[in-house]
Amino acid sequence: MSASMDSKLIPDTAARAGSPVLAGLLRHPLVRPLAALAVLLLIDFLLVPGFFKLEIKDGHLYGALIDIINRAAPLMLAALGMTLVIATRGVDISVGAVVAISGAVAAILIGGKMVVVDGVSQYVSNVPMVWALCAAMGAALLCGAWNGLLVAGLGLQPIIATLILMVAGRGLAQLLTDGQIVTVYYKPFFFLGGGYLFGLPFSLYIAAAMFVLLALLMKKTALGLFIESVGINPVASRLAGIRTAALIFFVYMFCSACAGLAGLMIASNIKSADANNAGLLLELDAILAVTLGGTSLAGGKFSLVGSVIGALIIQTLTYTIYSLGVPPEVNMVVKSIVVFLVCLSQSPQFRRMLRMSKS
Amino acid sequence: MTMSVGTQARPMLELSGIHKAFAGVKALTDVGLRLFPGEVHTLMGQNGAGKSTLIKVLTGVHEPDGGKIELDGRAIAPASTLEAQALGISTVYQEVNLCPNLSVAENIFVGRYPTRFGRIDWKSVHTQSRQLLQQLQIDIDVAAPLSSYPLAIQQMVAISRALSVSAKVLILDEPTSSLDEAEVQQLFKVLRRLREQGMAILFVTHFLDQTYEISDRITVLRNGVREGEYLVSELSRLDLVNKMVGVTAVDHRKVEAGAEALASELSTDAAAAGAVFLQAEGFGRRGVLAPQDLQLRRGEVFGLCGLLGSGRTEMARLLFGADRADCGQLRIEGKEVRLNVPRDAIAAGIGFCSEDRKKEGAILELSVRENIILALQARQGLFRVLPRKRQNQIAADYVKWLGIKTADLETPIGLLSGGNQQKALLARWLATDPGMLILDEPTRGIDVRAKQEIMDFVIAMCRKGMSILFISSEIPEVLRCSDRMLVLRDRRACGEYRRGELDEQSVLQVIAGETA
Repeated sequence: MSASMDSKLIPDTAARAGSPVLAGLLRHPLVRPLAALAVLLLIDFLLVPGFFKLEIKDGHLYGALIDIINRAAPLMLAALGMTLVIATRGVDISVGAVVAISGAVAAILIGGKMVVVDGVSQYVSNVPMVWALCAAMGAALLCGAWNGLLVAGLGLQPIIATLILMVAGRGLAQLLTDGQIVTVYYKPFFFLGGGYLFGLPFSLYIAAAMFVLLALLMKKTALGLFIESVGINPVASRLAGIRTAALIFFVYMFCSACAGLAGLMIASNIKSADANNAGLLLELDAILAVTLGGTSLAGGKFSLVGSVIGALIIQTLTYTIYSLGVPPEVNMVVKSIVVFLVCLSQSPQFRRMLRMSKS
Repeated sequence: MTMSVGTQARPMLELSGIHKAFAGVKALTDVGLRLFPGEVHTLMGQNGAGKSTLIKVLTGVHEPDGGKIELDGRAIAPASTLEAQALGISTVYQEVNLCPNLSVAENIFVGRYPTRFGRIDWKSVHTQSRQLLQQLQIDIDVAAPLSSYPLAIQQMVAISRALSVSAKVLILDEPTSSLDEAEVQQLFKVLRRLREQGMAILFVTHFLDQTYEISDRITVLRNGVREGEYLVSELSRLDLVNKMVGVTAVDHRKVEAGAEALASELSTDAAAAGAVFLQAEGFGRRGVLAPQDLQLRRGEVFGLCGLLGSGRTEMARLLFGADRADCGQLRIEGKEVRLNVPRDAIAAGIGFCSEDRKKEGAILELSVRENIILALQARQGLFRVLPRKRQNQIAADYVKWLGIKTADLETPIGLLSGGNQQKALLARWLATDPGMLILDEPTRGIDVRAKQEIMDFVIAMCRKGMSILFISSEIPEVLRCSDRMLVLRDRRACGEYRRGELDEQSVLQVIAGETA
């Protein structure tokens, strides 16, 4: 035990050689995820023609990169929420279910139909869209409160506590939609996940806003310190006067809020709520993104930027596999191999083995 | 193999020229160590002298930067504790490194269960565990989870685990710091038997008495350098202490100056001394502590004496709100308060250094700075964040005043030696400017000098009007420091005494239940 502790504490000595500045840069925890992303982009550059080409179509930017960012936005949101949960030594596997619930609530409440008034066709919603969005987010927050209550209040193990909602939540979403795909016919709603602002996808702004909000919270409040402290040693943190239970409750609320927002984005993008498939396994991608970003599942130190990069890696990988024409059957295998390699590069044991075989 | 001639001539284990540095800081410089079969060899040195590092090098936790390790004449380079164990070097660490939720027997055999037809032979696991423990004269249910036993028993289990491997070399890294006198004697009996059987035993301790009682030879380390190797019979205690501490003994003036500078930061002042800070009536919790009255004044050190599990730590936890009292009243500075969680106690001006530094104190992967400002920031709340400049200022001040040895403020606290970690935790509470500080075994597992410095500090703070609740297993320490003391036995108080009313012997009698 003490051995693993120490290896975590002592900075990696592999990068000792060379100039100190360079060594310091190489030791930065974000180097590995960034390198992984760069390698993927390089492969795309070499093998996918016109990958980096951006053109303006219909008044906004258009191209593979924009596509990746747009599709990665819901995952980024989920990964940001997941980062905080994981930093407290927890995990939330109900993210996909919350995505389904919030999408279903929004789709049902908005619904929408085309009516012709005075010879002009107009789209109207069942209830005002703002209310529908608030209701969807409210539902997501309820989900988060439920998770938080089970983990922080009752002390259930996070994976079990959120497993309950993972199963029940999707069931609930299916009940709401009668097991059907609920299609939305209300144009303003489509802006959220499919619209463009200043030439860039609107979803990117939402994800960026969430990131900025979190970054500000970390900088302007003691949230980051408390979360890391609780993640490393909850007992000592409580004795130092931190409200551990409230903090843990908050991170689950926050994670669900992120999931709810991602759910709205996805529903808006596909113009419908599909309770069976929306956000399916999104939690696993989110956990993966967090891990790829260098945050340990053991809790403690975390990196928001890392998680965003992790989400980009996953989405770029998916895109690359598709555009290389890899048959869908092998898709999952390729993805898992790449993920395995990235995770391997982060394993201290593996690096030690490499070092020993070199010397 | 000419064993009969070779036993004294050739060491079982020989280290020479060992170098080790962490992040540029030298921990060991050209250190050597010889360990002969059939001897108890004590490794002594202050905190940060390099004892733990040397042992970790020896057991494969750290890879040395240079030097040679020879076991029985063969060069070895263990890359892990497991490898060291397979070679015959078994270690019992300072802090019990076992799995509390596994059974005693599982803990002894985990990782190398005896098998029968490819399955774990539980019957033999249990009988062998019982036999091993009986060697230590401990008769407990080996199927019960380890956590159901007190720390002392857990330590014995760790020793049995080390013994159960067919070891040539047994390393004991401060095994006695959580044992009471009878248990220490029990352990020594076992060590003597092992010595007769030809085992080479390396014993690390801070206790001088124990060193002289059990060991044949002493190696002293200071600042990562070997000071020398001595036969116990040829080294007086005074010489030993001098060699450990070096020329510069505790500089009381420096401590005083630090305390003086610190005191000007705190709101308490000597004028307030004498005022009642905390008053408890019928305060207790069913099954944990019998209802108890208690009065603590500013400017006084109040000692709690008693055996492990006598109720001393329990009382501290109740007073800090770590556990909830279910009866009685508590007044702090005349105001009635209820302490439901530690936060409440901190808000009321109480600080608490737990006896379990690793589990309940230090946040190992956070920096020294973050550890020092943690309680203060927690009390300020989430939103009134201390500006980074102020954090640096506070941390730097305490590092200077308390003489905390650290590479810089951003070093993870886990890399500091035990005594320096303890000082940083003391700083955490002093930074909250408390009216009362609970110190539960603040000097456990740290060396003479850090111990002395910490106690000097505590007393200096107290003189400035802070109230101190002091808990220690070392009765002389409690007697020396406390103005008043409470003796506890079996979770109830059995007498309150003033300074000078009791000597060590009579305290022992009260603890034992023989009326003095």
